[in-house]
Amino acid sequence: MSDSPLARLNNLDRRWIFLAMGLSIAIPILLKLRFPEYPGPMARATFNAVEAVPEGSTVLLSFDYDPASAAELQPMASALVHHCAARKLKIVFMALWPLGKKQADGTIDRVLKEFHPGYQYGTDYVQLGFQSGNEGVIKLMATNVPEQYKTDSSGTALTSLPLVAGVKDLSAFKLVASISAGYPGAKEWVQYGNGAMPEAFSIVGGSTGVQVSQLLPYYPKQMEGMLVAVKGAAEYEMLVEQKYPVAKPEVIGQGRVRMGPQLVAHLLMIALIVLGNLAMIAGRSRGGAR
Amino acid sequence: MLQRTVPIMILCLSGAVMVLAYFITSAVSWSETVNVWFNVLAAVAYVLGAGNLLTVNLEKISSQRPGWGYSAITLAAFFFMLTVGLFKIGAVPDPAHPTVHLAGDYETAASPYGWMYDWVFSPLTSTMFALLAFYVASAAFRAFRAKNIESILLLGTAFIILLAQTAAGMFLTGWIPEGSAFAFLRLDWMKIAITEYIQTAGMRAITIGIALGVAATSLRLILGIDKSYLPKGGGAA
Repeated sequence: MSDSPLARLNNLDRRWIFLAMGLSIAIPILLKLRFPEYPGPMARATFNAVEAVPEGSTVLLSFDYDPASAAELQPMASALVHHCAARKLKIVFMALWPLGKKQADGTIDRVLKEFHPGYQYGTDYVQLGFQSGNEGVIKLMATNVPEQYKTDSSGTALTSLPLVAGVKDLSAFKLVASISAGYPGAKEWVQYGNGAMPEAFSIVGGSTGVQVSQLLPYYPKQMEGMLVAVKGAAEYEMLVEQKYPVAKPEVIGQGRVRMGPQLVAHLLMIALIVLGNLAMIAGRSRGGAR
Repeated sequence: MLQRTVPIMILCLSGAVMVLAYFITSAVSWSETVNVWFNVLAAVAYVLGAGNLLTVNLEKISSQRPGWGYSAITLAAFFFMLTVGLFKIGAVPDPAHPTVHLAGDYETAASPYGWMYDWVFSPLTSTMFALLAFYVASAAFRAFRAKNIESILLLGTAFIILLAQTAAGMFLTGWIPEGSAFAFLRLDWMKIAITEYIQTAGMRAITIGIALGVAATSLRLILGIDKSYLPKGGGAA
């Protein structure tokens, strides 16, 4: 007696699953499917935290991720840089991950230079680059930034860059934002940055979906705002673009573009889980009948 | 002596200074010095990592174990990037110092190092990460089974989060008024309830437990009770 079609799914070649997943991602990308997003409380809190920083203040953006997580984190990084520049905030870039510096460089080229050509290096923004030491870098910056960073990433002394010449410690920044894919990242900024001087500055974080559970305990007190994965980026992009529209929305809109494939892929995952369970039940009842 | 007593002394002093700096302002400069040492040592770890990469892969190549070809490619790529990066081969000259080769920009896409990073390394690592989607889909089909109460709860949570993380959540339940008695049926509401209450409560407990463990272990290390980091069989203290 042959198995039922459902029970036969237990032996499904996994290449069919790979094909289905590939199509569920490729088709929405090719068709440019976009769905409406509704900003949630975390995205709103992040937006409000940036809005609350007085114009002309200095903010510190730490790029704590690498190209492996860029698909998930770059959209929120781009939106955050555009938001800060649109609010005329001075931006100091740095990285706790070796490859984070390159991500920051790319964001400066694609967002800052493209949409805010008036931003001048040294007076409006500075790239400090990467320093080794993980949380040790944050700990030292909390009390002595010039000891940790004697020069910017290109070797220019901080003393000759007006924006950072007078920076002594982290209290010089009104807001610290860490876009992070893991350790070291937003969690370490809360523990060692906010922990050293809780009232001095606000912290907002952007994180990958898998890392969010580690950061949730710090929101909303130690971390005022949090952007979670592509969904968080898409919601934040909407808020930023509504108030500060850009000429090329495809740059500050990648989060929403990526939500199309994510929706279809999530629905496929649910369908696969349901099918897998139905196959298990069918297989069991078949075994019971025998 | 050198293998045991000196490391113990360095650790005890460094640990004590870091703790004291929290309470005594004048000790802050000492803690900064310790931090600088730590950050320099962290940079040295990259050299150790490179050494380990060489050891593991050279051993694999020399013994011609299965997959030794991949090791050869790894080492070739490693040495190529190291050489073009370290010696700034093909770097774009700095306009301020056009005759000083080492002042050139080696990270721009116009240089071999930058080109390799932008067009080889970056797409490759992104691809590796993207492959997870396929394996997760396969695993979801084969392993995510409702076999008992715990797994059913896990499945239910997964469905809520998967739907609420996309526009499907609002499409399915967004029509329920936010202020109504049935607002708890909205998927976005359920996601917030799961993440901010259930998940956060569990994570806070874990975080506090880890923090207490770290504090206890640190104290044991600073006081010289825990010496597990020392080489085994070394000379007596």
